[in-house]
Amino acid sequence: MLEVNIKKGLRDFDLCLKLDIDRGRTLMLVGDNGCGKTSLLNLVAGLDTPDEGRISLDGRALFDSEKGINIPPESRGIGYVFQSYALFPHMSVYDNVAFGLRVRNMPASEIDALVKEHLDRAGLWDIRKAKAADISGGQKQRIALARALIIEPRLLLLDEPLSALDVRKQAIMRRELKESIRACGVPCIIVTHDLRDVVIMGDFACLLERGKVVLHGKAEEVISWGSGLDGVDDI
Amino acid sequence: MSKDSDQAETGGFRESGLTDLVNKEHRSIGTDAVIASRSREIALKAVIGLLLTLAMAFIALPVIALFFRSPLDTILETMHDPVVIDALKLSLMTSTITTFTVVIMGTPIAYVSARFNYWGKELADSLIDLPVIMPPAVAGIALLVAFGRMGLVGHYLNSFGISIAFTTMAVIIAQVFVSSPFYIRQARTSFEDVDLSLENAARTLGATRFYTFIHVILPIAMNGLISGAIMAFARSLGEFGATIMFAGNFQGRTQTMPLAIYTAMQGDLDVSLCLSIILVAFSFVVIVLVKTLTRRVCKKC
Repeated sequence: MLEVNIKKGLRDFDLCLKLDIDRGRTLMLVGDNGCGKTSLLNLVAGLDTPDEGRISLDGRALFDSEKGINIPPESRGIGYVFQSYALFPHMSVYDNVAFGLRVRNMPASEIDALVKEHLDRAGLWDIRKAKAADISGGQKQRIALARALIIEPRLLLLDEPLSALDVRKQAIMRRELKESIRACGVPCIIVTHDLRDVVIMGDFACLLERGKVVLHGKAEEVISWGSGLDGVDDI
Repeated sequence: MSKDSDQAETGGFRESGLTDLVNKEHRSIGTDAVIASRSREIALKAVIGLLLTLAMAFIALPVIALFFRSPLDTILETMHDPVVIDALKLSLMTSTITTFTVVIMGTPIAYVSARFNYWGKELADSLIDLPVIMPPAVAGIALLVAFGRMGLVGHYLNSFGISIAFTTMAVIIAQVFVSSPFYIRQARTSFEDVDLSLENAARTLGATRFYTFIHVILPIAMNGLISGAIMAFARSLGEFGATIMFAGNFQGRTQTMPLAIYTAMQGDLDVSLCLSIILVAFSFVVIVLVKTLTRRVCKKC
């Protein structure tokens, strides 16, 4: 279970949030650009530090301003899929997925078996030798997800995972993504602008405005918030 | 009826005649404009071509002249001169040590400067760039009053029996002083160009800052770092002013190739020309070697 109760002064406003997510549940974060969605993911991942508050995962404090705890991002065990996918351009598809295992000094045979399993599942084993810079957007998205899942994270963070894809690919990837997240069974936060993502992939949703949750509820209820979100008409 | 139609026809002809005239005029104006713009374009291309030729000639001519004026037998003879061998050895040795020192010291500085904000960063960045605009002779005097026997720091070093000025160490210090900004500036730009999200991705996957730096940032920035190192090497190989002021001109100890060229010029222009050719050839070989080797290493990783 992820518990977040933090405060962070951003450039234009204060990010002030309190939220809990159970194992296997997916929270969809929606809101305008610059409302603090990505900042929240970075704070939870440890890439940025809150001014005060507490973040805990499965009862273990990742950040606690009172106790002076701030676990570095490499020790948090969080899988993060970045909006740009952030694949290492100088490495092959295989090396990108194997990166998190090599960091952990896992034996090469185990790395090989795990990478094969994940790349097979994503249908990418045939392109394992291709450079990450030379593949399509959909493939990049699958690799970024496989790279985040292979380390068996205790929390998944996805920043607009479908925004770089065209509409047809989005529909396919949305289903795939949902299945992968469900199979993983950990708490998950997905940032999105698209209401279709919320309804299909989310269990519940929060609408952020200037760093604060202004609306929250079940994913299905989001249709009634409608305005300002993409894909309202399609639903 | 026929009259009317005739008139209409005549009117029609007249009208069409007028339209033709206007069209012709338009056409002729249009053609004029096209011709004018074409001639302007040709003139512009001619001016750019002329400027390019002049610039190329300005750079290429002295190099060509250098080769024209130097007879091959004199070059071969000069190659066996112990003064030249000493100077060449010293130049290559000091420039290599300088480049390694600059890369080892400059890489972390460039990375910190590219990624972090700290108090006094503006001042630190300006200080790093200062040797670029400082005349080498001034740099030499500055180094002398800092590390010379009676200098600010040299005074204390001297009391421990350490003397830097007029030694090979002074040559290296002078070279590091003048060439470090060339590497650090280039390295800083290369690190700035590495997408921050790649660094963040590596961290969330379990990599420490150091592991991320070695396995993600460094390989991506490598081409820029190599260019910077080559610039620093070339600058230190050609260093003259600061070296002669701070290290002196002693054969085998502080007389690098540029100093040997200067010394030879006092007596025999031919010898100094040959020395110059040797220096140019060696610099060229080193740069080609470094580029080829690093391309191979980069391909492997």
